Amino acid sequence: MNIDKKIVDDLVANDISFVTTVPCKQLAGVIDEVEARDGIFHIPSNKEDEGMGLCAGAFMGGKRPMIIMQNTAIGVTFNTLATLTQYYRMPLPMLISYRGELREPVACQVEMAVHTKALLAQMNIPTYHFHWQKDVEELDNILKYTFMCNKPVAILTDANFWGGYGDQ
Amino acid sequence: MIRSEILREIAPILRDQLVVCNIGLPSQELHMIDDQPTNFYMLGTMGLSSSIGLGLALAQDKTVISIDGDGSVLTNLGTLPTIANNVADNYILLIIDNGSYGSTGDQPTYAGKKTKLENVAEACGCENVITVQDKDLGPVLQKAIDDRKMTVIVCKCDSGNIKLPVITMDPVVIRHRFMQAVQA
Repeated sequence: MNIDKKIVDDLVANDISFVTTVPCKQLAGVIDEVEARDGIFHIPSNKEDEGMGLCAGAFMGGKRPMIIMQNTAIGVTFNTLATLTQYYRMPLPMLISYRGELREPVACQVEMAVHTKALLAQMNIPTYHFHWQKDVEELDNILKYTFMCNKPVAILTDANFWGGYGDQ
Repeated sequence: MIRSEILREIAPILRDQLVVCNIGLPSQELHMIDDQPTNFYMLGTMGLSSSIGLGLALAQDKTVISIDGDGSVLTNLGTLPTIANNVADNYILLIIDNGSYGSTGDQPTYAGKKTKLENVAEACGCENVITVQDKDLGPVLQKAIDDRKMTVIVCKCDSGNIKLPVITMDPVVIRHRFMQAVQA
């Protein structure tokens, strides 16, 4: 199974047509796949809160948006999540690379990983954790759930899910 | 002129357009001067008016005007390269540049000192950047709407605020009626 293709197939099947990204090494393949799809407008952001603003606008313009980002940036997004996405009740699937989890080679990444789930829980953000490749089977349901309830929803995807880092 | 005087003057031009209005006093002023379903009032999230407006412009065809401030653009300076590199000809970014953080007590911003946002916008790749003095804004804004060409307008004006109430409309109501206006 090509995991990047499978993920983007699910986005397209759920009418997601506006995707903003801030890159992460783990997400490189899925970002390439988003860029390659005709039915998706891909707009890279310079910062994750900026991306959430773009997504809010796209949603009000009639598109289903999504953000793809790294968990280390979650701290810069809380005001936006609370006072824009949640306050105005907007749906936002967040595909997040969960750096600092099992098979992570960079020690500093662990420092945000240990806070990630607690912070998302504090924000009452429904959170799913993909650790095995088969976990991706839940993505379609998670996307449907997100647009049903009009909430930001986090999908944390760790290094094991992406197949590790090879020789690094 | 101060911001509220500018908004009063351009209200008839804004009335027929989709407007994303910056947090704090700008939204309160616009709400008081000419409340319209086509206005999206930001009740929080300083800095994202330009990003919300760009996302909206890219998602549909109607003209979108983001009303921003110099302080808010400085908060989200990364927005300018994103705007420059994702051209939406139905998008106008109107920066009311009074050189101060008006909603928090008129503390000076760097845009009121050495930093020229019009130069920053051009350096970021924005192709139609117009600097205009407050009293001349109306015709410039109308032309930008008529030209259907993505434009960044930096409107220089005085700092200063009027006393007015907060917006008590529920955010979901603001969003819902705005989305209905977008689809109308």
